[in-house]
Amino acid sequence: MRDQVALRLPRIRSVYRSVYRSLSGRRLHSAIGKAIVYLLALAFGLLFLAPFLFALSTSLKDPSEIYLFPPKWLPSQLLWQNYVEAWSLAPFTRFLTNTIVVTGFAMFGQLVSGCLVAYGFARFRFPGRDQLFIVLLATMIIPVEVTIIPSFLLFKYLNWLDTWLPLIVPAYFGGSAFYIFLMRQFLLTLPREMDEAAEIDGAGSLRILWQILLPLMRPAIATAAIFSFVRHWNAFFLPLVYLSKQRLFTLSLGLRYFQNLESQAIGGPPAEHYLMAVAIVTTIPMVILFFSLQQYFIRGIVMSGIKG
Amino acid sequence: MTARQRRKALKGYLYISPWIAGFAIFVFFPMLASAFLSLTQYDILAAPRFIGLANYGYALGVDDYFWKSVYNTAHYAVLFIPLSLLGSLGAALLLNQRIRGQAVFRTMFFIPSITPVVASILIWMWILNYEFGPLNSALAIIGIQGPPWLSSTRWAKPSVVMMSVWGAVGGGNMIILLAGLQGIPQELYDAANIDGANRWQKFQDVTLPMLSPSVFFTLVVGLIGALKIFTPAYIATDGGPGYATLFYMLHLFRSAFQSLSMGYASALAWLLLVVTLALVWLQFYLASRWVYYEGGMGR
Repeated sequence: MRDQVALRLPRIRSVYRSVYRSLSGRRLHSAIGKAIVYLLALAFGLLFLAPFLFALSTSLKDPSEIYLFPPKWLPSQLLWQNYVEAWSLAPFTRFLTNTIVVTGFAMFGQLVSGCLVAYGFARFRFPGRDQLFIVLLATMIIPVEVTIIPSFLLFKYLNWLDTWLPLIVPAYFGGSAFYIFLMRQFLLTLPREMDEAAEIDGAGSLRILWQILLPLMRPAIATAAIFSFVRHWNAFFLPLVYLSKQRLFTLSLGLRYFQNLESQAIGGPPAEHYLMAVAIVTTIPMVILFFSLQQYFIRGIVMSGIKG
Repeated sequence: MTARQRRKALKGYLYISPWIAGFAIFVFFPMLASAFLSLTQYDILAAPRFIGLANYGYALGVDDYFWKSVYNTAHYAVLFIPLSLLGSLGAALLLNQRIRGQAVFRTMFFIPSITPVVASILIWMWILNYEFGPLNSALAIIGIQGPPWLSSTRWAKPSVVMMSVWGAVGGGNMIILLAGLQGIPQELYDAANIDGANRWQKFQDVTLPMLSPSVFFTLVVGLIGALKIFTPAYIATDGGPGYATLFYMLHLFRSAFQSLSMGYASALAWLLLVVTLALVWLQFYLASRWVYYEGGMGR
C-alpha cells in the first residue's frame, strides 16, 4: 500500500514523500490499510449475514408486526414460542431424526470407503492404476442428475423407492469421487518411510492404514466429513426423487412440505414467522459443526494441495 | 513382477474394489442404460419402444420449452459464474489478510454456503417479498420502489442469481482459493519487493498467476454447478413467471417424473452431459493460455 505513493511524476512523488514522512507515513499508512481491510471484511460479513438477521428478526415477531408498511425492523418483544409452535405444526422431530440417520449412515460409508479407496490409489502399484484414477477424476464432471433416470429405474427394480437406501448405499461404494481425490492427495503428502518401516516389522496393510496413516489423516478426514455432512444434510434433489412418503422425509423435504402445508390449526399456509423459525433451526447444526471443525478444515485443504 | 509385487498389486485392487463396483453399478451402467432409453419411448408402465433418434429430434426441433430452458440456463450461468467467482476471490483475499478474529469472519463468510438450500430459498423468498420484504423496505427508505422480484419476468432470473451467488460465494470455492493463496511461497513476494514492485504489480504478476490453477478449478466446478440449477426454480418460482425460470434441470425433472416421459428425459440428460463435457473441454483447452502450473502440467 505504501508503495502506491510512488506515482510516476517525480515532483509529485517527492511532495507526497515529504508529507507522508512528516506524518510518520509508514505506520499511519499501514494503519489505514488495516482499517480498510477490517471494514471490507465486516461489510462482506454483514452482507452474508443480513438475510439471517432478517429471518431471525421475523421469526421472533408477532404476526401483527410482520406485514407492516413502513416495516418494523425489530420485534417489540421476542416471541421464542414461535419456534415451539412452528416445530409442532409439522412432524419436524421425525424429519430431524430421519435426516440424522440418513446423514450419519451416508457420511460414515463415505469416509470408510473413501479412505480405503484413496489408500489403494496412493500406496499400491498395480497395472491400470493411473488410467483408473483418470476415470475417477472424470466422474467428478458427470453430474448425478444425468444418471438419475436409470438409477431411479434400478432402485425401483430393487424395491428401494421410498426407503433411504438409494441415499445411503452408494456412499459405501466410494460415493462421490471428490472425497477419494481429497484423501488420496493428502496421503501422497505423507512420507512413506513410516509405513515401510511398519511393513518390515510385519504389520499388515490394513493395520498400517489404521494405526499409522489414519491418525495423520485427521485434517483430510475432517474436511471430507464436513463436506459430506453438509451435502447429505442439505440434499434436496435426490430425496425429492426417491422419497414420496411423508414419514420418510428429510428436513429439506420437510421444509418444502411445510411451505405448502395448509394447516387447519392456523387457518391456511404457515406465516413467515413460522417459516423463518424452521429455516433457522435446520441451519443451526451446520453452523455448530463448521465452527467447531473449521481449524482442521482449512488445513485439510491447504495440505492436500488441491488445485487443478 | 515378483511374488511380493504381485501380492501388493492384488491388495491395491482389493482396496479400490468398492469404487470399481460403485462406478460400474451407479455410473457406468446407468449411463449406458440412459443412452439406450434415450432412443426409446418409455413411460415405466409399458415396455420401452425403440424410436431411434426421435427424442433428440423432438428436443432440438419441436419442443419450445427445450430451447427456452437452454436459454434460461445459459443466461443464468453467464451471470452466476463470474459473479460468484469474483465474490469468492474477494472473500478469499480478505480472509488471507492478517486480521484478528479470523475464525469469526471465516464462519460469517461460510454460513450461507452451509445453509440448507431449501432454508435459504425460504429466507430469500421473504427477503424479496414485494410488499413487506426487507429488501424493498430498505429500497423504499432511499426512495426506490423495488420490483416484484420473483414474480416479474424481468427480475426472476436475476433474483435466482442473487440467491445462488449468496449461497456460493463463501463456500468451497472460497476455501479452495484461500488454500491456493496460502500456498504461494513468500519468497516470490520478497523477490518482487526487492525489485520494487507495488501492491498491484505483486497481485497481477505473482498472486494471479500462482492462483490461476485454483481459479481454473473453481471455474470448472462453478460451470458444472450452474448448468444443474434446479432447486430455487422448483421451490420459489415453479419455473415461472411465464417460464422465465424454467431451467434445464427443471424441464428434465418434469419430463421424467411428472409426464413420465423417461425416454425423452434420458435424451435431455444425454444432451446435458454432452454440453457439459464440451464446455469443460473448452475450459481445459483455453486453460493452457492462462493457467500457470508451477513445474508443468503434470500434477
